[in-house]
Amino acid sequence: MADFEVPELKETLDIPKYVDGVMAHSAPYTAKAEFQEALGFPGELPENWQQVALEKMTDLRTRYRSFQVYLDICVKCGACTDKCHYYIGTADPKNMPVARQDLLRKVYRRYFTFAGKYFPKLVGAVDLTKEVLDDWYSYYHQCSQCRRCSVYCPYGIDTAEISMAAREIMDSISIGQKYCNEILGKVFVIGNNLGLPQRALADTLEGLEEEVEEDTGVAVKFPLDQKGAEILLVPPSADFFAEPHVDGLIGYAKVFHEAGASWTMSSYASEAGNFGMFIGSYEVMQKAALRIRKAAIDLGVKRIIFGECGHAWRVAYAFLNTLAGPFDFLDPRYPVPQHICEYTYDLIQKNRLKFNKSENDHMTLTFHDSCNVARATRMGDKPGGQFDIPRAIIKAACNNYVDMPADTIGEATFCCAGGGGILTDDLMEIRVKGALPRMQALKTVSVEDGVTHMAAICAICKSQFTKVIPYYGFTMDQIVSVHQLVSNALVLTGATGENDSSENDEGNTEKE
Amino acid sequence: MGIEVNGKTLETDEEGYLTNLNEWVPEVAGIMAKLDDTELNENHWEVINFLREYYEEYQIAPAVRVLTKAIGKKLGKDKGNSKYLYELFPYGPGKQACKYAGLPKPTGCV
Repeated sequence: MADFEVPELKETLDIPKYVDGVMAHSAPYTAKAEFQEALGFPGELPENWQQVALEKMTDLRTRYRSFQVYLDICVKCGACTDKCHYYIGTADPKNMPVARQDLLRKVYRRYFTFAGKYFPKLVGAVDLTKEVLDDWYSYYHQCSQCRRCSVYCPYGIDTAEISMAAREIMDSISIGQKYCNEILGKVFVIGNNLGLPQRALADTLEGLEEEVEEDTGVAVKFPLDQKGAEILLVPPSADFFAEPHVDGLIGYAKVFHEAGASWTMSSYASEAGNFGMFIGSYEVMQKAALRIRKAAIDLGVKRIIFGECGHAWRVAYAFLNTLAGPFDFLDPRYPVPQHICEYTYDLIQKNRLKFNKSENDHMTLTFHDSCNVARATRMGDKPGGQFDIPRAIIKAACNNYVDMPADTIGEATFCCAGGGGILTDDLMEIRVKGALPRMQALKTVSVEDGVTHMAAICAICKSQFTKVIPYYGFTMDQIVSVHQLVSNALVLTGATGENDSSENDEGNTEKE
Repeated sequence: MGIEVNGKTLETDEEGYLTNLNEWVPEVAGIMAKLDDTELNENHWEVINFLREYYEEYQIAPAVRVLTKAIGKKLGKDKGNSKYLYELFPYGPGKQACKYAGLPKPTGCV
């Protein structure tokens, strides 16, 4: 199945002894000049590339105080060394977060610190050579920017920010990753990562309307570009395209239907994910975020809600107002923006949704906390809401739920190993190996608690898992969307078939 | 990189997709399949033909539900699901079938 060795699932997760250079061969395809230029980067390596790269490093140190601090304050305590899923899965010491940071830090020292300028060998400072650059390209594309290491760093050094800076420095001298940069091109030309044009979206959504009506007898709508709607839903474009994502989209639509909400999606801003973050470019990230603002204004909506997309929620929750605000044209009674889980949870709290939980009785669920949701955002108005709210939704829709071991969930969650621009076929080896800790945790609850399915709220997690879990002996249909579970169990008013058993006591008279 | 088709070399990208989609001829599918040690049967061709028709119309590969629905109509309901499509195209119907059909690779969070 694979042309590399797939790690073995044992009784417990072992921290491997390091093996030098075992992943040095891993590097994603580079983007062609036309795609680099479209994002405002040079298409060819400049002759004075070292100088340009160092100037970019200075630019970033000046713009982001955090980056400067992270370069200076590491004391090499080693707390992070066994925390990265890519280190655990590969044993390559450059996948220890401290070593990954040092790839950049040793160049910073050489050119920007007194000791490094005059006594480079004493402080491990090195010149910026082609070999160093190759190492950057390889190992900064073996980081999913998941920030698990930063949870354990006593100084709070965030490797994700260093990895983003490294990618931006490389882009500034024409070296970009094909996967991320071509996708960003599609967002700017067409409106979403997949490149789905308006007509294809409309056709796909029409098909979903037919499908849901056939299944339930209820005409649940999937509105697109509907001016004057109250809510703009921004899902990841994978929700239109892939499985199990699309079952989540069907779930959102059913929730909106039951709430009696007026909502729409936008073909112009048909992408929640923002790959600008992956490549560290503020300008690119802002340009992508502004599309959502424009769509909201053009459609005249009052609220913005994001679908199940982990990185999107980080950009939305943490940066959207700075990037594309102020959103003073939206209804101030609602958070800007909201997560679909917050919306559904709120309706559950108000007893506005009825579930027939037995529809999910063929499954025993667990929940994978997506890295960016877990460690960079929140949901609701209480600390830890980003952990509690998705679980509360699953439990409202399912009878059988079990958490994975505590050191693999919540803020300690292990990344799916496909985040941060790693979800591409040319990085399959690192994707499979990096998934080891999550697979181990899933195996534990499968064996001990009979877990059959793992739910997620991120398009990347869902795609990554469906692709890599067969390597570990599971099957791809064991991955489900959280709103897929909602979709299965939600009792639709007026539904035909098995779902209508409790339609008499809906309790949903207070429709919006 | 490239593949030999009818005595002509067609350029492909790093991942084996045709660089110039207009160069596709039916033989391309068979030759690409051979490289993956696969023999195409008529059910493969139903998928490939549908992908080409859809792409012609919408300039993008069909979403998985659009594809399974169409194949279910053509080959019978028991085959209108992604499990069957994965049996036909083990590397993923979206990606492997698109490659044979001369469509660009669907990339994104998929």
